[in-house]
Amino acid sequence: MLKAIKVGFFVNFLIFLFNFSVVFADDFAMQRQLLVKQIESEVKATSLYLDKEALDPKVMQVIASVHRHLFVPEHQRSYAYENRPLPIGYGQTISQPYIVAIMTDLLKINKQSKVLELGTGSGYQAAILSQLVDQVFSIEIVEQLGKKAKERLARLGYDNVQVKIGDGYYGWEEHAPFDAIIVTAAASHIPPPLIKQLKEGGNMIIPVGTAFMTQQLLLINKQQDGKIVSKQILPVRFVPVTGKH
Amino acid sequence: MAAFTSSISQRPPYLSIALVSLCSLAYEILLMRLFSIIQWHHFAYMIISLALLGYGISGTVVGIAQRHVLAKFRLVYFSCLFLFGLSSIVCFLVAQSIPFNAEEIFWDSWQAIYLLLIFLLLALPFFFAATAICVTFLRYPELVSRIYAVDLFGAGAGSLVVILLLYVVFPLPALVIISLLGMLAAFISCFELNLINKKWLLSGISLTMIVIALMPIFSTLNISPYKSLNKILTINGTKIITQLSSPLGLISVVASDTVPFRHVPGLSFHANQEPLNQLAVFTDADNMTVITEKPDRLDQLAYLDQTSSAFPYHLRSLSKVLIIGAGGGTDILQANYHKIPAIDAVELNPQLIELVDHHFKKYTGELYQQKNITLHQGDARDFLTRTKQHYDLIQLALIDAFNASTSGLYALNESYLYTIEAFQLYLQHLKKDGYLAITRWIKIPPRDTLKIFVTAIDALKQSGIHSPGQQLLLIRSWQTSTIIIKNGVFNAEEINQARLFCEQRSFDIVYAPGGFSSETNQYNQLNQPVFYSATQSLLSEKRASFLEHYKFNLIPATDDRPYFHQFFKWSTLAEMLQLRHKGGISLLESGYIIFIVTLAIATLSSVILILAPFGFFRTQTAKNNRKIKRVTVIFYFLAIGLAFLFIEIAFLQKFILFLHHPIYSVAATLTAFLVFAGIGSYWSGSLAKLHLRQKTLKVSVLAIVLISLSYLLLLPHLFDFLTSVPIAIKILLTILLIAPLAFFMGMPLPLAIASLSQHEQSLIPWAWGINGCASVISTVLATLLAIHLGFTIVIILAIFLYISILFVFPDVQITKN
Repeated sequence: MLKAIKVGFFVNFLIFLFNFSVVFADDFAMQRQLLVKQIESEVKATSLYLDKEALDPKVMQVIASVHRHLFVPEHQRSYAYENRPLPIGYGQTISQPYIVAIMTDLLKINKQSKVLELGTGSGYQAAILSQLVDQVFSIEIVEQLGKKAKERLARLGYDNVQVKIGDGYYGWEEHAPFDAIIVTAAASHIPPPLIKQLKEGGNMIIPVGTAFMTQQLLLINKQQDGKIVSKQILPVRFVPVTGKH
Repeated sequence: MAAFTSSISQRPPYLSIALVSLCSLAYEILLMRLFSIIQWHHFAYMIISLALLGYGISGTVVGIAQRHVLAKFRLVYFSCLFLFGLSSIVCFLVAQSIPFNAEEIFWDSWQAIYLLLIFLLLALPFFFAATAICVTFLRYPELVSRIYAVDLFGAGAGSLVVILLLYVVFPLPALVIISLLGMLAAFISCFELNLINKKWLLSGISLTMIVIALMPIFSTLNISPYKSLNKILTINGTKIITQLSSPLGLISVVASDTVPFRHVPGLSFHANQEPLNQLAVFTDADNMTVITEKPDRLDQLAYLDQTSSAFPYHLRSLSKVLIIGAGGGTDILQANYHKIPAIDAVELNPQLIELVDHHFKKYTGELYQQKNITLHQGDARDFLTRTKQHYDLIQLALIDAFNASTSGLYALNESYLYTIEAFQLYLQHLKKDGYLAITRWIKIPPRDTLKIFVTAIDALKQSGIHSPGQQLLLIRSWQTSTIIIKNGVFNAEEINQARLFCEQRSFDIVYAPGGFSSETNQYNQLNQPVFYSATQSLLSEKRASFLEHYKFNLIPATDDRPYFHQFFKWSTLAEMLQLRHKGGISLLESGYIIFIVTLAIATLSSVILILAPFGFFRTQTAKNNRKIKRVTVIFYFLAIGLAFLFIEIAFLQKFILFLHHPIYSVAATLTAFLVFAGIGSYWSGSLAKLHLRQKTLKVSVLAIVLISLSYLLLLPHLFDFLTSVPIAIKILLTILLIAPLAFFMGMPLPLAIASLSQHEQSLIPWAWGINGCASVISTVLATLLAIHLGFTIVIILAIFLYISILFVFPDVQITKN
C-alpha cells in the first residue's frame, strides 16, 4: 500500500514536472511571438534607414522559431525573449534580437547560400542562419565558448553548421568563397582575407560598438566589378538635425 | 568598557587626526584609480563622489546621537579609526566582488541596485573617518580651528603621499598601505587618548594589521570581463608580460603566442599586407594601443600607408614632422615609412616611453633612439610653448580607445589638446604651407569629426584667416576621419593628390576647397551625405542655425571649457531615451547621463541628510533656548562647502595649463590648497578667541574675492610670461600663488564653528555634515558648470557664494531671541 502511494506520488510529481515544463515551453513560445511583433514594429519605425517597411518574412519566421533561451546561461533564461543583449560569459554577449534580425536580413541570403560567421559566441546567430541557408561556417576564437557552442548546435540539431575554434583573420579558405560573411567578433579593421573570400555581389555585415551597445551596422558589398562599397547603417530612426534647420 | 575609563587627555589627538585625514584623502584618490581599472573612469567618478556622502552621514548621525557620543568619546574615536583602517580594504574587496556591469545599466535594473550597494559599502570608510573628526570637534569645541588645521594638513599630505605611492607600488598594495596607516592612526590614538588596557588593544590592532597585510595574497583586482584587457586574455596563448603602475594609469603589456593582434584602426579594405607582430598595451585594462616589432625592411610597414592618417604624407614631400601622442610608436613608424628625415615626438606618459625604450628595446629596435627621432617626454602644449621649431606636419594621433570614445564615456574628461587655443598653438608652429593633421574615430551620427572641423574653423578665424574653408581638407574611411588644416591655401595639385589617395583606398573626401559633392558619399555610404552637408553648413552663414539644431553639441572646446568629448544636448534626451530599446541605446552620451544621475542622487541624499536631524533639534530647542537660526547654519555651511571646492577645482584646472601635467597640477595645487587652508584655519583660531569673528570673516572674504578676481585677470598673462621657466620653479610659483588664497579660504569654517561652540554647540556635527554634503555636490556641480559655462564662471559663482556668507554668519546677534 505504502509502495503504491509512493509510486503514485512519484507519477504525480512527474506529471507535475511535465505540465510545468509545458507551461514554460508555452510561455517561451508566446514570448517569442511577442518579441517578433516588437521587432516588426521597430523595423517599421526605422524603415527610412533600412530602405524597407519590413524585414524578410523568412527571417522573422526563423526568429520566431529558434529557441533563444537555449542559447543563454541558465540564470538569464527568464530574460531570453526581452529585446536586449545578454551576457554569455567570457566578456561576450548574445546580441539584441532586433539587431540579429536586421543583420540577417541585410545579408540577403537564400537557401543556396554559404555563410561564414566570425565570432560564434553562444551559437544563436549561427542557428538563425542555418535555417535560412545551405551551410554555415562559424569560427570562434575563445576556445571555451567555441566548444560549448559547437556542442549546443549539434545537440539542438543544427546539422548544417560547422564550428571551428581559432583565428578568424584568414577566414575559412577551404570553403571559400562565401555568399555572405558576418563578423560579430571585434576587430580593429576588416581583415583583407575576408574580403577576398567574399563572392562578388556578396555582403558582409559587421556590428560596430561595445558588447551591450551596437552603434551602427557596417554593410560591405563586393560589387560585380570587384569594387568594395561600405554602407554605415544606424539601426534606429534618428535624424541628427531637427526639422527647424 | 574598562579600556576607556581613565581620564581624558585635555589635548586633542592631533597626530591620529592628521593620519586619518591623510589616509581618507589618499583613499579617495586611490579608489578613483582602483575603480578606473576594474570599471570605467566615469563610473569610478560616480561611485567615489557618492561614497563621499559618508561625510554628510557622519554629521547627521553624530548630530542625533551626540550625547551618547560625547559620553563615550574615546570609545567612539578609537573605534572609528580602527574601523576606518579595516573597512577601507574590506569594503573595497567586497565592493569589487559585487557583479556590477556598467555596460548593462541601461538594460538591467539590478545593476542600479548593485551600484547602490557598492556606493553604500564605500561610504563606510569615509563615514568612520569623518565621524572621528566630527566627534573631536564636539569634544574640543574651543580648539576647532586647530583640529581643522590638522585635518587639512593631513589631507594635504595625503594627496602627495598617494601620488608618490602610486609611482612605487601597484594600486592594490597601495590600498593595503593606506589601510595599515589607518590602523596605525588607531594605534597612536591609544596613547594620545591615554587609554588603559593598551596592551590588549595594541595586540588586537597588530593582529588585524597582519591580516590586512596578507589580504593581497588572497585577492586580486576583479576587472570587469567587458574591458578589453580581460576580453583579449580569454584567447588562448595571450598573457600579461609586463605591468607598470603610476598615477596616470596601470599599464599592462600583453603578448600572444598564437593569434597576432593586428591592430591597425581604419585600415583600407584594399590593404593586402598583414600587419607586423605587435604587443598590446592597455591602460587601466582598456584603451588598447600597440608596440610594433622592428621591421626588417621598410616596405613591411606599407600597411600603415593604408590608413587615413597617412593622408598628409601624400600631399607633398615633408622633411620635419611632430607627432603628438607617440605612445607605442605606430605614428613614428608611419613617418619612418615615408622616410621623414626629422621626427619630433611627444609622449606624456613616461612609462610608455620606458616600455619602448627599455623593457622592449630589442623588440622595437630602440625605436626612440633612432637618429631621425627626438623624443620629448611631457605635455604637447608645454613642448610647443617652449620650442621655437616649425614643422611641415604636426600629427595628432588617435589617442583614445574606440569603444570608450564612441560610447560617450569621455564626456567628463578635460582635454587641452582639442581646444581652439591648442589649435592656434599648433598652427603657430607650422612652417609656411605646413599641415596640422588630426585623426579621430568616426561616429554615426557624426560628432568628433564635425567638432574638430568647427574648432579648426574658429582657430583659423581667430588667427586672422578670413576664408578658413580654403585651408581645410577632410577625408574619412568607415572607421576614422582625418582633417588637414594647412598653413596656407590648398592648391590644385594637393587636391588632386587627395582625390588619388582616397580613390586608391576607398576613402571619401568629406570636404575640400572647391566642393566635391559627388565624391563625399561614394565608398563609405551613409543614408544621407550628412558629413558633407554638415561641413558645408558649418562654413556658411547657416552655421549658427546648424549648431543650434544639430542634436549633438558641436560647440568648440576652449581652455576655459576644455570638454571636447561632451556632445550631449538636453533637448534630445527625451528622443534618445525613447529610442533606447529600438537600437538607439548608443545615441545616449552615457558619460554625461551618469554624471547628471550622480548630481541628482548627491543632492537628494544631501537634502535628506541635512533635514533629518531637524526633529532632534526641535526637541533640543524645548530644553535650551534657541540662539542660532537653523537656516543661517544651512546656508553658511552649504555656501562655504560649495565655494571652497569650486575655487579649488577651477584653479586646479587653470594650473594644468601652467604646469602642463595633470599629475604635477593635482599634487601641487591640491596640497597647497589644503595645507595653506590649514594654516589659515590655525591662524583664525586666535582671532576667534578675541571675539573678532565677523571682522576676521569680512577680511578673509574680501581677500578671497580680491585674490580670485585678480588671478582671473592676471594668471593667463603671468602663465604666458613664465612659460619657459623650469618646471621646479613653476611648481614653486604655483604653491606661492595658491598660498594666500587658500590661507583665507581656510578661515570661514572654523570661525563659524567657533561661534556655534560658544552659542549652540549641539549644532556642530550638523554643520560638519552640511559642509560634507556640500563638498560632494560641489565637485560634481563644478564640473557641470564648467562644461556649460566655463571655469571662469565657476570661480565667479564661488566669489558670490563667499560674499553671501557675510550675511548669514551663524552668530547669536542675528537670531530673533
